[in-house]
Amino acid sequence: MDVQALLEQGLAELNATSEAPALENVKAKYVGKEGAITALLKQLGSLSHEEKKTFGATVNQARQAFEATLNARREALAQEKLARQLAAEALDITLPGRNRGTGGLHPVTLVQQRIEALFASLGFTVADGPEIENDFHNFEALNIPKDHPARAMQDTFYVDGGANGEPLVLRTHTSPIQVRYMLDHKPPIKIVAPGRVYRVDSDATHSPMFHQMEGLWVEEGVSFADLKAVITDWLRNFFERDDLQVRFRPSFFPFTEPSAEVDVLGERGWLEIGGCGMVHPNVLRNVGIDPEVYTGFAFGFGLDRFAMLYYGVNDLRLFFENDLAFLQQFK
Amino acid sequence: MKFSEQWLRSWANPALASEELAHLLTMAGLEVEESDPAAPAFTDVIVAEVLTVTRHENADRLNVCLVNVGEAAPVQIVCGAPNVRPGIRVPCARVGADLPGDFKIKLAKVRGVESSGMLCSAKELGIAEDADGLLILPDDAPVGQSIRDYLNLDDTLLTLKLTPNRADCLSIRGIAREVSALTGVAQDAIVPTPVVATIADALTIKLEAPEACPLYTGRIIRGIDRTAPTPEWMKQRLARSGIRSISAVVDITNYVMIEQGQPLHAFDANKLGGDIVVRLAHAGEALTLLNGKELALDADMLVITDGVKPVALGGIMGGANSEIDDESRDIFLESAFFSPAAVAGKARRLGFSSEASHRYERGVDFGHTRASLERATQLLLEICGGEAGPVVETVVADKLPVRNAVTLRVSRVKRVLGLDLTGNEVLLLLQRLSLDAQLDGDVITVQPPSFRFDIQIEEDLIEEVARMFGYDNIPSRPAASRIAMLPQPGNARNKFTLKQILVGSGYQESINYAFVEQKWETELAHNADPIKLINPIASQMSVMRSSLLGGLVSALKYNQNRKAERVRLFELARVFHGVTAEAQPERIGGLAWGSREPEQWGLSDVAVDFFDVKADVEALIAPRVATFRRASHPALHPGRSAEVLLDGKVIGWLGELHPQFTQSYELGTSPVVFELEVAALLSVRPVKASAVSKQQAVRRDLALLAEESLTLGELQAAFAAANQPLVTAIELFDIYRGKGVPEGRKSLAFKVLMQDTHKTLTDEEVDATVAALIAAAAAHGATLRA
Repeated sequence: MDVQALLEQGLAELNATSEAPALENVKAKYVGKEGAITALLKQLGSLSHEEKKTFGATVNQARQAFEATLNARREALAQEKLARQLAAEALDITLPGRNRGTGGLHPVTLVQQRIEALFASLGFTVADGPEIENDFHNFEALNIPKDHPARAMQDTFYVDGGANGEPLVLRTHTSPIQVRYMLDHKPPIKIVAPGRVYRVDSDATHSPMFHQMEGLWVEEGVSFADLKAVITDWLRNFFERDDLQVRFRPSFFPFTEPSAEVDVLGERGWLEIGGCGMVHPNVLRNVGIDPEVYTGFAFGFGLDRFAMLYYGVNDLRLFFENDLAFLQQFK
Repeated sequence: MKFSEQWLRSWANPALASEELAHLLTMAGLEVEESDPAAPAFTDVIVAEVLTVTRHENADRLNVCLVNVGEAAPVQIVCGAPNVRPGIRVPCARVGADLPGDFKIKLAKVRGVESSGMLCSAKELGIAEDADGLLILPDDAPVGQSIRDYLNLDDTLLTLKLTPNRADCLSIRGIAREVSALTGVAQDAIVPTPVVATIADALTIKLEAPEACPLYTGRIIRGIDRTAPTPEWMKQRLARSGIRSISAVVDITNYVMIEQGQPLHAFDANKLGGDIVVRLAHAGEALTLLNGKELALDADMLVITDGVKPVALGGIMGGANSEIDDESRDIFLESAFFSPAAVAGKARRLGFSSEASHRYERGVDFGHTRASLERATQLLLEICGGEAGPVVETVVADKLPVRNAVTLRVSRVKRVLGLDLTGNEVLLLLQRLSLDAQLDGDVITVQPPSFRFDIQIEEDLIEEVARMFGYDNIPSRPAASRIAMLPQPGNARNKFTLKQILVGSGYQESINYAFVEQKWETELAHNADPIKLINPIASQMSVMRSSLLGGLVSALKYNQNRKAERVRLFELARVFHGVTAEAQPERIGGLAWGSREPEQWGLSDVAVDFFDVKADVEALIAPRVATFRRASHPALHPGRSAEVLLDGKVIGWLGELHPQFTQSYELGTSPVVFELEVAALLSVRPVKASAVSKQQAVRRDLALLAEESLTLGELQAAFAAANQPLVTAIELFDIYRGKGVPEGRKSLAFKVLMQDTHKTLTDEEVDATVAALIAAAAAHGATLRA
């Protein structure tokens, strides 16, 4: 058989082969030790120098051509195999990711965090205090004497255990925290004080336990004009509305004078959202701060109410039922 | 304080629409809480007179009426009301009238008979909830007049939410004074004129407790006609103030109270045994009040007596024993001043409040006591007739409230309000309030009037200046303060960080009440003596919790009832071991129940266990590393609970709920719970980096056979005690029981990592180290597994 015919036969066999092992058999058949092309090379010894030269070159070319096709086939078969494997390994990537369960913060916490951050940007630190309080911190120091009608504004829970048999109270507001803080610190004082507070009241808009945040800034030269600016700035940033209308109207709290209620204009009219005022000189004196040197303002508001407004919740009780279906909306 | 806007406008009538007036009051601190029209809108209803009534031919219940509507010819109207009869005057809606409820009156045929209008009930006009027939008007009602004008229906009922400092506005007189100050309109006050006595009868008045009652006026009025009706205008004004008409005498006292702000009381003079003595109650005295409440009087209660027995609780309510009744003809009318301190809190203590006590505990104008008595006398004589005796007035002048002059520095106005006003400007603002004020340099001196109980210090005047200037007009000044960075300690983290870690572990934050069922405390916290609320709102909220566990278990139960299949909850809150600040620490507690992961494809359903939650606790404590010690806790499974220690101090616990409680609380399977002290978790040690060895670490695995009772902790302690310097870590990677391991024993497989900082380890060094570890384990009966 001539070389060219042999080569064409070999190439045809390579191309017809679709399995890697069979390919190696074809290889052995032609270029292996006993292979047909190898055999032709072995014959070279018996040829003349001239014949050797031309025939040898022809056979070598045939061998190289065979090996080139062999390699190409090997590569192609490997590619096919990989492609099959990859196809077999394909995932349904629309299946859900491995779910380890997701938790979440309570909406009141989320709002508290947001407000603390806003006030931190103005240099307010966070203060805290006990929830079972004595009469002094919750009332007396705040200029609310016994039997004062203002006490009727906050229906109080009492617990046993005070000194001299006097009942203690569950704090009715976060204001005792400002009393404690002012007793321990000298002006300038800039704090916010979030916490749980308690009043004897329970319906769709009242919970016997709820959350307030108190703010206090005492420093030389702080005036009602600063109070208006800080509160307005805060509310506009909290609700992210530069055009939010905020109004201050005269009110009464025993621990501030002048006092104001703060309203914001909502879709359905003015909405009362908190109280504020200039710290009453008696309160400053009660904690050993000279009201002739320092002035200050305080404000307080319901965190739950802010959470209701922020998230569009209309029943306060939802915050305390701990229904996961409700809570897990807040991430 | 509820009142009719028209009543107010009869005193002070600014050129403001109703809403503008309400806004003015609100922005002056007299918050208008509600504003309701006296009647809904309707048109073309007039006063009409029924002339004739004839039965409708085709309907038993209908009548055909001829009605005089004030025009030349009467009109015919079909009427179904049971009380229609000739001669009565009633509201009549003319053809074309619009009635409340979008009801238009048209010319109609009712069962074949033409009807030109409708005779109306109070309900049809929207001025009453119910009606059982036509609204019958007085016989002198002018036929043809608009019913809105006749019944004065174009009025608004305003309700003020007054703050406790503004007792002076608990009357028409007071609100009018305020409106006049705010708008400058004249105040058309009704100034009572003295009624001249026509009889000499009088009771003497003795004030034995002048601190509580320093001023008392009274007079006898004889021969009243107690059947005299209360005039319609008075009834209407009272009704629009939310006060029900009772009898002319009582109505008049109420009317004067709303009008002048002075509570009054009328006694049946013939039930008084003698002269008036005002004193503190004696021990053992009793009094039945007008509201039927029977009181055993406390010694700090002020009583009005007739010299013998208490006949009224001073400033709060009259007694039943001297009540005006159907037989009363002679009365003794009281107008007095009771000090706020004497009245404050008393009614609340007795469990009710009265219009009188509400006013007295806030402060009643003691300069207007006698004038109010005169006003009531005048109305009584007009309405009920009778003859008045002389006014008897007893006053202990030095016990009346002191009205010291208050000074205001104009410079202080600027400091507190940030408002740059001149002395004269401030003076004018104060004078608008009818305050007696004088300016001298920087100082304004104000003599507070008897009706203002809230002007005692400089700030009180500053508040008045701010109110009169308008809070809206005070500038909002961008705050300026010393700029100082807030410290950010590197060795501390905040509570939000703790919460966020648990959220990352899949826990949802919950908020539970701090007051709980006592059972939770005794069962779950072994607290036999929790702090009790004196006035709980419910028995399941009666004690303060000393552990967060009860709330978490209850929240679990709540969600189980709503078909939750997997629950992870946490709470960060105070618990209460005592009443001092230190005894109210914050804790963070968590609960895990249900499968380890949410039910999903590709993961088999494994129940959460102790070690899942232990990992969550460790993650919460990280970067610090806690140790765990077996411990018993009343709420937890004794074999599956541990104390958590940090720096050798117990900071909390972790474990599976005791099966007994899982059963009694009907939880199905036991949740795993934990609770840790927050304070212990807030400090972290700042990291100090150490060099990382460049030498290869050598790993050897070690399988040890040990008794079931030997804990990993004990083995680890033994390894640590062997003190092998080359060992960098010994980690348990498997526990095996079963084939090849004898009953009662377990095989523990450890990965031992060894490393030297400077050189590669030799086989000899590695072998020696491992041998030392095996020896340490052997001391605890653990042997190398063959």
